[in-house]
Amino acid sequence: MSNPFSLKGKSIMVTGASSGIGRSIAIECSHMGADIIMVARNQSRLEETLSMMGEGNHVMILTHLEIEEELDNLVENITSLDGVVHCAGIAPHHPFKFVSRSKFEETFAVNFFAPALLSQKLVKKKKMSKPSSIVFISSISGNCIAASASTAYCSSKAAIGGLVKSMAVDLASQGIRVNSISPGAIRTAIFDSGQFSEEDIKAEEQRYLLKRLGKPEDIAYAAIYLLSDASSWTTGSNIVVDGGYTVL
Amino acid sequence: MDINCFIEAFADLFEETEADAFSPETHFRDLAEWSSLIALSVMSMIDDEYDVQLNASELRQANTIQELFEIVSSKKS
Repeated sequence: MSNPFSLKGKSIMVTGASSGIGRSIAIECSHMGADIIMVARNQSRLEETLSMMGEGNHVMILTHLEIEEELDNLVENITSLDGVVHCAGIAPHHPFKFVSRSKFEETFAVNFFAPALLSQKLVKKKKMSKPSSIVFISSISGNCIAASASTAYCSSKAAIGGLVKSMAVDLASQGIRVNSISPGAIRTAIFDSGQFSEEDIKAEEQRYLLKRLGKPEDIAYAAIYLLSDASSWTTGSNIVVDGGYTVL
Repeated sequence: MDINCFIEAFADLFEETEADAFSPETHFRDLAEWSSLIALSVMSMIDDEYDVQLNASELRQANTIQELFEIVSSKKS
């Protein structure tokens, strides 16, 4: 029996594949049969991701996604894609009183302009197959809730919410589906960097209906759905994967 | 670095606590108005005013304003 969630034979680009959610998406998609084009800045960590992946024709590309010329080169080197997952992102904490044009711009460069313009260039240069799927890793922050000291981050993720819906409208006739995933807090390396104490993390877990933080795989499985033929009638949507945080 | 300027910038992050509540010996975490948002504001202020990037665990090492001032001074030199 064929598996509607299979990614066999699909060529999928994953940005931010050197850590966290991006790394998990690259790994899990490879286990579902996809050939992965991994994009990130850090070669050694990308190689670590590669060593954890299933078989396939995988490629690593080192790129600074916030630099326009590097985006052009990246797109030039792509033949054809069945899917893209935009994972690269930053989550700086600036209380609103301390935010500035440059801090907004720094956040938007990575979280909004890079994925928006990479998508635009891939579409314009006809690198997206018909059908194909574009997935943005957004956040419940900015779309459903807001955290403190996160105005730049929340604004950039809210902008992604608008972008996804509007791209879905513009690209439907070309067979390109566009969706996003809004995760709650995922336990990635950021949590183990000393920013948060073990007590902070325990307290945070209690705020989730399912009493734990998310794992990167929780998001990867949602991405597999959006990249596979199982979601061929899903576009312009946002899947909230948050352990029940926003229903409380 | 001048501790009086540091205390002034520190006190400025508070809305309700009066300026005279702040001295080098103040245990800032015991102030009723202290919160995680003010903690982040302290880190932003130190970054803006002194060009020093403090993480949360470094901030946790300080109990008084004097101790915090010394951590910032040592990172600046």
